[in-house]
Amino acid sequence: MIKLENVERTYGIGSNAVHALTGVNLQIDQGEYLSIMGSSGSGKSTLMNIIGCLDRPTAGDYYFEGHEVGKLHDDARAQLRGKVFGFVFQSYNLLPRLTALEQVELPLMYQKIPNRKRRAAEALIQVGLKSRLHHHPNELSGGEQQRVAIARSLVVNPRIVVADEPTGALDTRTGTEVMELLSSLVEKESITVTIVTHEQLIADYTKRIIRMSDGKIIEDSHRITSEIVDRS
Amino acid sequence: MSFIDAMRIGWRAIGSNRLRSGLTTLGLVIGVSSVIVLIAVGQGTQKEVTDSIQGLGTDLIFVSPGISQDNASGTSGARGSATTLVLSDAHAIGSANIPDLVDVAGELKITAQAITGAENQTVDVVATTEEWKYVRDANIAAGRFLNSVDVEDNELSIVLGSSVAETLFLENDPIGESLRLSIAGGRVSFNFQVIGVMSPRSGNEGLELNDQVYIPVTALQSRLRRFLRNADGEISINQIVIQTSPDADKAIVKHLISEVLIYKHQVAEPDFTIQSQDDLINAATEVSNTLSLLLGSVAGISLLVGGIGVMNIMLVSVTERTREIGIRRAVGAQSKDIVRQFVTEALMLSVFGGLAGVAIGVGISILLDGREIAGQTMTTVIQEWSIFLAFAVSAGVGLISGIYPAYKATFVDPINALRNE
Repeated sequence: MIKLENVERTYGIGSNAVHALTGVNLQIDQGEYLSIMGSSGSGKSTLMNIIGCLDRPTAGDYYFEGHEVGKLHDDARAQLRGKVFGFVFQSYNLLPRLTALEQVELPLMYQKIPNRKRRAAEALIQVGLKSRLHHHPNELSGGEQQRVAIARSLVVNPRIVVADEPTGALDTRTGTEVMELLSSLVEKESITVTIVTHEQLIADYTKRIIRMSDGKIIEDSHRITSEIVDRS
Repeated sequence: MSFIDAMRIGWRAIGSNRLRSGLTTLGLVIGVSSVIVLIAVGQGTQKEVTDSIQGLGTDLIFVSPGISQDNASGTSGARGSATTLVLSDAHAIGSANIPDLVDVAGELKITAQAITGAENQTVDVVATTEEWKYVRDANIAAGRFLNSVDVEDNELSIVLGSSVAETLFLENDPIGESLRLSIAGGRVSFNFQVIGVMSPRSGNEGLELNDQVYIPVTALQSRLRRFLRNADGEISINQIVIQTSPDADKAIVKHLISEVLIYKHQVAEPDFTIQSQDDLINAATEVSNTLSLLLGSVAGISLLVGGIGVMNIMLVSVTERTREIGIRRAVGAQSKDIVRQFVTEALMLSVFGGLAGVAIGVGISILLDGREIAGQTMTTVIQEWSIFLAFAVSAGVGLISGIYPAYKATFVDPINALRNE
């Protein structure tokens, strides 16, 4: 589904240039559950931005479903994001003035999808917020806010959900709840879920762990085999 | 994103910071309302002047001595300052068989002190002939107006305007009573006998006519030869008032009057000025239109300043809402959606400002109408076009003010906007 070939991302020019990604090759298949790990500055967030079409590679190719999307202009990428991608951020990134229901309606509004209210309510019920539809972010706990964000990412029936440190602002218990919710998406909806984290505990939920350092992938391990090994 | 969605978002953004939104639109509110009020005041002034000219009577033509405009030296004496008009000019015009000419009256206006036993009042003395009554459509409340005998015999008869009669004679019947006119600072005075009282006139006309008194044009002139007669011994007057029939072609009448007087005065160029009521109204309208334009422009500038205020706040708003823009971009908003959102918001602000401005402007105009301010009665005439103009300019200015900030908003990079703090 996703294929990165020799992707580079450089910020700035000349001697001040920062090479955030230096030749990344990566393939992600439909329904995969993976995490991208690395210390800060390793390039993991940059990689996530490129996978999520929030950013463009400076060099190299990005194929989504066989189409080169790395060189699309801003609006085309916005459209692609709205249709195919769901985003979950560490700081939730909800709009303070909107109710939970309206937050979730937002992507539908930009996609001009009808029955916004019903679809948004369904997505919120799916993440267990049936009783919080009309609450504003400041009336919701951190875990609830993150679940609103997850509902917002799910409402467009995305092919892939990209989560950047989704539990970073949560305590362990609610963090666990959020991770279980994300894990269930892969199992029930066969949505591809990519989680960026620096916590091994979080990465342990996923079936594939990609480790990054200095803008390169230094390890790409499929844990299915390792789990089998563990059980035996 | 539909326009209704954009309006809903705009409404929420405006409502979430009411004080700021209110202050932002205040400039437009003041601009729009002042355009409406100032134009209404300008037009009210015009109406007042026009009414007072029309109040002089109907279908009147005025001849004054001398030429007030465009003389060779470039300096211009007040019209009427030259003493080229005499009573026989009025007779000449009257007997010249000018078509559509109804009545002609010559008049000399002076100021005098009117004195009875106990009371005295400054009055405008109109020294004229019996035709004056017809020219000015005057009605007599008691007694009679001047007649030809009064004029021919240089009688010391006097007809009082209604307020003069009230002031000087209170409740008493003034007919037959004696009244002293003191002229030239008291150096000359004559005792007149009251022969009539005029009916009160209303409106602007009343302000002028009710305080006047009327005497035969010959009464003073026969007694003060050197003072009020010209070198040829003719009786000087300072205005000839001519009434024409309603459907008369004023231009032709004016031309014929001019011909008569040029011939009679034996001059190459007119040494008099002829103006119809329409000329006076046109001149007054021109002045007050200029006034309206001036007032409207000043108000228009404040509208422009108000628009800059909207742009300023929209720019601040875009900067403040970088994160919001980033989130919207991340979930699929395209440039056009962002532009639409901010332009709609600016447009809504300016439409609200415009509507409030229209309401306040119309309200103030209505409140001012008929009010007495600094001794002057205000007249306001609300111009519908000024409402539409002010509102349209306000909305237009708001729209334009929204475009640049909205365009700037499309440059917000979602990655920077969403970066964890």
